[in-house]
Amino acid sequence: MSKDIKIKKGLDIKLVGEAEHTIADAPKSRTYVIKPSDFHLVTPKMLFKEGTSFKAGEPLFYAKKDESIKFVSPVSGTLTEIKRGAKRVITHLVIEADGTDDSVVHSNIDVNTASAEAIKERMLESGLWPFIKQRPYDIIASTKTTPDAIFISGHNSAPLAPDYNFSLKGKEVQLQAAITALSKLTSGKVYLGVAKVSNSVFENLSEVEMHTVSGPHPSGNVGTQINKIAPVNKGETVWTITPENLVIIGELFLTGKFNPERVISVSGSEVKAPKYYKTKIGAEVSTFAYSAGINSDNVRMISGNVLTGNQVAADGHLGYYHNEFVVIPEGDDYELFGWNKPVFNKISSSRALTFSWLFPNKKYDLDTNTNGEHRAFVVTGNYEEVFPLDIYPLQLLKACMVQDLDAMEALGMYEVAPEDFALTEFVCVSKQPHQAIIRKGLDLMHEEIG
Amino acid sequence: MGLKEKLHGIKEDFKGKKMAPAFNALHTFLYTPNETTHNGSHIRAVDDLKRTMNTVIMALIPVLIWGIFNAGYQHYAAVDAANGIIREASLFGNFFTWDNLAMGAITVLPLVIVSYLVGLGVEFIFAVIKGHEVEEGYLVTGMLVPLIVPVDIPLWMLAVAVVFGVVIGKEVFGGTGMNILNPALTIRAFLFFAYPTWMSGDKVWVHGAKDVVGTPDAISGETILGAYAQNSSVVYDFADKFFGFIPGSVGETSTFLIILGGLFLMFTKIASWRIIFSAIVGAAVMGLIFNGVVDQGWISEGSKFYGLMNTPFWEHLIIGGIAFGIVYMATDPVSGAQTNTGKYWYGFLIGFFSIMIRVFNPAYPEGVFLAILLMNVFAPTIDHYVVQANVKKRMKRLKLKTA
Repeated sequence: MSKDIKIKKGLDIKLVGEAEHTIADAPKSRTYVIKPSDFHLVTPKMLFKEGTSFKAGEPLFYAKKDESIKFVSPVSGTLTEIKRGAKRVITHLVIEADGTDDSVVHSNIDVNTASAEAIKERMLESGLWPFIKQRPYDIIASTKTTPDAIFISGHNSAPLAPDYNFSLKGKEVQLQAAITALSKLTSGKVYLGVAKVSNSVFENLSEVEMHTVSGPHPSGNVGTQINKIAPVNKGETVWTITPENLVIIGELFLTGKFNPERVISVSGSEVKAPKYYKTKIGAEVSTFAYSAGINSDNVRMISGNVLTGNQVAADGHLGYYHNEFVVIPEGDDYELFGWNKPVFNKISSSRALTFSWLFPNKKYDLDTNTNGEHRAFVVTGNYEEVFPLDIYPLQLLKACMVQDLDAMEALGMYEVAPEDFALTEFVCVSKQPHQAIIRKGLDLMHEEIG
Repeated sequence: MGLKEKLHGIKEDFKGKKMAPAFNALHTFLYTPNETTHNGSHIRAVDDLKRTMNTVIMALIPVLIWGIFNAGYQHYAAVDAANGIIREASLFGNFFTWDNLAMGAITVLPLVIVSYLVGLGVEFIFAVIKGHEVEEGYLVTGMLVPLIVPVDIPLWMLAVAVVFGVVIGKEVFGGTGMNILNPALTIRAFLFFAYPTWMSGDKVWVHGAKDVVGTPDAISGETILGAYAQNSSVVYDFADKFFGFIPGSVGETSTFLIILGGLFLMFTKIASWRIIFSAIVGAAVMGLIFNGVVDQGWISEGSKFYGLMNTPFWEHLIIGGIAFGIVYMATDPVSGAQTNTGKYWYGFLIGFFSIMIRVFNPAYPEGVFLAILLMNVFAPTIDHYVVQANVKKRMKRLKLKTA
């Protein structure tokens, strides 16, 4: 059963440096890092002290608010350092890999016959739970609520996004196992949004309601698909999960092992040979970055995509949820008369002496310059052009800024995640940090209401 | 060491100091800053507020240049008329002449300079006191102001009005982006209500008309609207009105250039086509209603409203400041409606009320600036109902689910 979702509003940002369809093995990473900041609103309670050794898949810490949510080590090794930041908040857990594949092995569970409780139990103890995010609030799913639906986007429309049909090739069995398992945990359906392509890795999956999505970015954002299929109402909870994490979940149910292996895309205009790499969650980015080659020193390295990812240093590590790594030029330079001269080499949503509308298929080499200073909201109507959700983006942002909880609720705050506002942030003439504003608004709501 | 590095050095020296916004405001006119994104979206579109404002100014430049020539042309035409010589307007014969340019420049350019110096001065002071960057809002306001005042307005009056408009119209609300009323129109309204004798009547629209009032060579400088309002005949033909060889505020006369500017703004997506389109419809509808009233014979030729009511609806769009107001002032995104649906209503009502006020206002036959100010006040209300429709839809969805 397939239903079509056609998105008209949006913007495809085409960038140079797309990853070539070849997979290389990334050199073995010496250290792995887990950053608790990847798990929003989770305060880690450590299970180990520095210097302890453990196997892959062994729990490192649990969430202070809910002890049953465990976070496991991606590799076997030794916890060499716990880095702390301001107020002694744990920022990095540094694990030195011992190079063995020593892993915790869970007993087999047949997802087709297992009960919902058994599946949930296994997901919690084996460290799979953090892969499930929930809306409202865009945080790790609460263990206490049963979701009204589960949404998976099998279409990634973000700029330079990895192609699932390439990176997940051959993982159909794992995907199916994970979907079967998850479908038992919801009172509703599992929805899967897929792009219109032939030979998709998703096409033969069962126990899901398949929707074909087309149109410009953010058609691949799960938030867009939720809004078009079954928007989140007050009091409802839906789960979202990404396909690359489904593979890890599926594999654990099939083999009993937590295998954090991922095929990620290494792309961007500053990468010499952009292609796909096989690596693991938390690996040093330098292992694949320098294997692919970086053109210059003054670059921005991003774990995740260019619209929502995190900046990482050259000695940084791949984020827990990320399946791509992008390197683009840093834009920390002045530009003479950059505000009034005609522009051909940058993307614009207007036509104010900017000519990107003339070349819809041109690929651009964008840097990280903001192209202007932070201002109050002035221009109206331009967010709506790239925002397909049935929500008023400007009004919702303003409600967040003035912390008006009633307005936030009425305007649809339960339905959104920061990533839904990545494009409005991109086109914002006033250079406002939309995603940060939404994140703060969600946190406030979670604190006051959730 | 190049200019870029030198300026960068000065910027670093100023960092954290009181005067930093003042320096940065000037610096960013030369160079877009070296600011980079942090987490969130790592890349940004090229459009910033300066480019947006600059686009509007570009659309205003032809109107300003026309206004300068026209100020000179109207002055000499009036002098000729006082001497009994009737002029036939010709673009290159007697319009684009050095004399007109010189006369226009010495009357119009001081208005532009005073408007910018005073207005930006106030903005800089507020930015330094409040410690935020100088926002670009005044770039457009400063260009609009000289275009919507009569040529002969005393400069001190303009300066007082600009200070009032920027402080009361904008800064007290929190600066650019926060104001309720269009600052340029606030300035215009202040002038209109504080110095009514200067802002209306038939002697302020042509340079020199005021000085010779009562003398034998007194010159008639009344606008077309003024003539209609007094039920007297209008001496200008369609081409004069459309291309702008007529007396009036500096920038409002040439409907042709305003249409070009409006098309440019709509094409660049800077101005909302929804507002412009629906405002034209609104004005046409009101004009048609009045034409209908006249056709029905409900109003006699003796009535003081007859002249303007009898004006064909399409002519209403060409004469007076309505075209200028719709294209450059109604489209101000800050004081206008902010939702797309709201913009249709907002524009329609501006056009509708403009013509209504124009016809019924006995003192001053121009309604567009009052109509826009009125709708500025109601724009949040319009938006409220539009947004509430979305909220209700969400509530309904919830009820359907729970029922």
